[in-house]
Amino acid sequence: MRDSREQKRRGTQARVIVSTLLGFLLIVLFRNQVLGFSEWLLQSESNRLRALTVPAPRGIIWDRSGRALADNVPAYAVWIQSSRTESMIATLDRLRAHMTLSDERHEFLTREARANPYRRLLVSKDAPFDAVAALEERRSAFPGVVVEYRPKRRYPEGELGAHVVGYVGQINEEELNSPDFEGAGPGTMVGRSGIEAMYDQGLRGKAGTRYVEVDALGRIVASFRGLSRVPEEAGADLELNLDLELMEWVHYIFPEGMNGALVALEVETGGVLALYSMPSFDPNLFTGEVDAAVWNQLLEHPGSPLVHRAVAGKYAPGSTWKLASAAIALEAGVVTPGERMPVSCRGSFQFGSRAYRCWLPEGHGSQDLAGAIRNSCNVYFYQLGLRVGLERMLEAGNRMGFGGQCNIDLPQEAAGTFPESKLFWERRFGYEASEGEVLNLVLGQGPNSQTPLKMAQFYLAIARDGSAPAPSLNRFAEAGEGWRLDISPEDLETLRYGLRQVVEPGGTAYMASLEHFDLMGKTGTAQSGGDRLSHAWFAGMAGLRDGPPEIVVVALVEFGGSGSDTAAPLVAKTADFYLRAKHGIPRDTIQTLSEYLRAGRNTAWANRRPDR
Amino acid sequence: MIQRGPPWLRHFPFTGTLLVLSACGLGMIYSAGELNLSAPITEGLWIRQAVLLGVSIVGFLIVCRIPAWWFAWIAKPAYVLAVGILAVTLLVGTGVGAASGVKSFLSIAGFRFQPAEAAKIATILALAKLVANRNTAPRYLRDMLKPLALVGLPLVLVVLQPDLGTALAFVGIFFFVLFWAKTPWPVLLFVASPGIALILSFDVRVWSVYALLLLLGLYLYRLRLNRVESLGVALANIAAGTVAQPLWNSLASYQKNRILVFLDPGLDPRGAGWQLIQSKVALGSGGLFGKGFTAGTQKRLMFLPEQHTDFVFSIVGEEFGFLGASFVLLLFVFLFFRMIRMAETSRSPFASLFIFGTLGAWLTHVFVNVGMTIGVVPITGIPLLFISYGGSFLIMSWVAAAVITGLASEDS
Repeated sequence: MRDSREQKRRGTQARVIVSTLLGFLLIVLFRNQVLGFSEWLLQSESNRLRALTVPAPRGIIWDRSGRALADNVPAYAVWIQSSRTESMIATLDRLRAHMTLSDERHEFLTREARANPYRRLLVSKDAPFDAVAALEERRSAFPGVVVEYRPKRRYPEGELGAHVVGYVGQINEEELNSPDFEGAGPGTMVGRSGIEAMYDQGLRGKAGTRYVEVDALGRIVASFRGLSRVPEEAGADLELNLDLELMEWVHYIFPEGMNGALVALEVETGGVLALYSMPSFDPNLFTGEVDAAVWNQLLEHPGSPLVHRAVAGKYAPGSTWKLASAAIALEAGVVTPGERMPVSCRGSFQFGSRAYRCWLPEGHGSQDLAGAIRNSCNVYFYQLGLRVGLERMLEAGNRMGFGGQCNIDLPQEAAGTFPESKLFWERRFGYEASEGEVLNLVLGQGPNSQTPLKMAQFYLAIARDGSAPAPSLNRFAEAGEGWRLDISPEDLETLRYGLRQVVEPGGTAYMASLEHFDLMGKTGTAQSGGDRLSHAWFAGMAGLRDGPPEIVVVALVEFGGSGSDTAAPLVAKTADFYLRAKHGIPRDTIQTLSEYLRAGRNTAWANRRPDR
Repeated sequence: MIQRGPPWLRHFPFTGTLLVLSACGLGMIYSAGELNLSAPITEGLWIRQAVLLGVSIVGFLIVCRIPAWWFAWIAKPAYVLAVGILAVTLLVGTGVGAASGVKSFLSIAGFRFQPAEAAKIATILALAKLVANRNTAPRYLRDMLKPLALVGLPLVLVVLQPDLGTALAFVGIFFFVLFWAKTPWPVLLFVASPGIALILSFDVRVWSVYALLLLLGLYLYRLRLNRVESLGVALANIAAGTVAQPLWNSLASYQKNRILVFLDPGLDPRGAGWQLIQSKVALGSGGLFGKGFTAGTQKRLMFLPEQHTDFVFSIVGEEFGFLGASFVLLLFVFLFFRMIRMAETSRSPFASLFIFGTLGAWLTHVFVNVGMTIGVVPITGIPLLFISYGGSFLIMSWVAAAVITGLASEDS
């Protein structure tokens, strides 16, 4: 090369270029490695150490005899981890031989894998055990497959008691920020309904934490001992007053294909022995991934299976409410038990310009209180209502909680509808309430609708000493505040005497009477609206012969027609089943008088007249 | 300098540096296989690399004895052959590993190699010969046409594979050879200007300022340019400025992501930004002294992607700290200074131009590779000279070194 001066200059320039470029890299390295060291070191540590949440098993929910309504089973989440999308998809394809993956799901997962090449892929949140076992057996054939354990809620009884126990669901964003769910991290299962929701805090337990060293794919390489592990705390178990065996029996005897509810309360404690609602659903559907189709099906089902009819279904109480009218009148002192009403029943009662009818056109003649209860005589109760007066009727009804809830330990309970004062009519119907409204209310008609549970609580007061504690499911919780009827024991006995006569010869529910126990109760029919049959009610109680009542049962069968035909046998058979077990009498499927007659058994016991 | 003895001994500072770098590479590839998990990809890879290094050194010893005239003679046929093979690779090539969709490998009798690596040497030979055969230094823009076409052809073929990293090396070859051929700086800048326009076109205002400067430059340099040349430069710049948007749209989404995360790695920390973030964490957490040989946690737990190939420098930084990383960089500085010195002392224009071509390719590899591990250059798949795992690149780098050693020994 000729121009050696230019040659020299170019050599120098080349050295400058090399020095500049690599010097620049050195400066950046210095800034990153020496000046930024502590920050990057921290990031490197947090990179490899991961706090893992160890989910706590929820407390088990037991019935009174030690049968589980809700327990936990191990569930297995299946993940694929791989640094290469292709091998991820290949593994996914091979997984199909051992796991059922719908075409849709498979397609979705393939798309996910392609979209997020460095992320691990959740194939199933809840893989069936045999699939997991098959995968574990072939561990070497599925190198990128990871199986993670977490306890999953199970409801061994399925539909039975589903409304009571409720179900769980994954915690949502709002709950995560709420103080009620303090300590619950993302992914925690929390109670969504029923007992699960009511006692969620105790049942939930506390998730633990452990620290692990993970690789880039989040695969756990080793436990990390530098930070101590926080053990998980299992949720506290819960024992209910519920008697699952009794629930099963109720399910067995409940008229096939019909909807309705049944409530059974223990008289001594107010504990809930049975709380039955038909149709039901399987809460296990909600524990894994909730299928939108299943959910919609439940929502659109004409029978509304998600509605807990026993505590949230509201029905006109009909004649079962006459007992409340009677109790109110006794409290007010406007009637005495032996007294007969001035107008005897000839099938109707004249008030103002209108004739109010009794259900029996021929009339019941002259009645005392017990007789009026036995015959459900409207004419007697019209006069009783007028004596009480609308104002007092409303005041007493509200004091007994007919406008509110019974405060059972369930979140779904609905409040009853009962006018809080005369203003109700103005507000609701736009006219001033006349005194005549009491003639509707006294029969359990008009603006009055109650849940089966509320009616059961009222009959509980009659069965006891007039006091009605809040019905409770939790066996060891103190019974909630209730209310009390201010009437004498003799008056209570009169009411019970009337109820007993309903099931005696000549009473409307005579065919439901029991061999070993004193059954008493009141039938009711409630207009269902439309042309269909009325809803059938029976509210009753039973105990040993001539002993105090031990169980209160209220049954409601939607469109069941007459209370004596459909509802009364249900109550009788439920009480009989419970009391036989309690008093050591062998159980039998032939229980009521009508069943004895059909079976051709001796029915001499049924002819006994009660002593007064 | 030693004047006697075999060629490798006479240029020992050069060959010795290569040996040290290769030994460092071997150590790092061994370390890359030392993980807390079993990873079949990197396990025992260092043994393969050691065998390849042995092959490379044998190749070196043979090639550096070939007389210089033979390289000048072979330049043209080698170039034609290389371009032909590159074209064939596009048709029947295969990918490997994570880049399985890329057609950059040829598979013959069980051996897989990257024709682009050999094409680099052939291109340097052909370009050095083309430029050396001129009687005068290139002075005009029109003198750039033949060299541009010569380098452009293999470059386009490599871009089509697509292998942008290797393509960048061809750019380095072009500019370093012509720079050493004493092409005036303005001419080189005019050649580079469309590329600069392409990059600056992301912002209309920046591009406008740049265009004004370019026009000013064309005006100041008007005596050395004819009308066609001026017009050509201006049009090429405008075309580059306007083609940027459609070109961007035609990029594959992974290529776009690489550029976007280069600008902001937090954009997709689990996806495209992952490599960059993890590499910076590895380097940064190495500190001044490093975590110790084979003890890098980022590496052991496989946070580092491609840790034996493109991101091997991150392991150097994590395990040996700033001291180790700057040691490697200074080795490269020393190597490149030696090469400049060899080019300066060489009496044969062909030899010294070949050295500069190689320097251009190698400097590109080092700057782009190290630059991407610390986030100053967008991520392109480009290995680190003598250190990354990879057979074709290692062997061909040693062959290029052998040619340099042979040429330098002959005429000094």
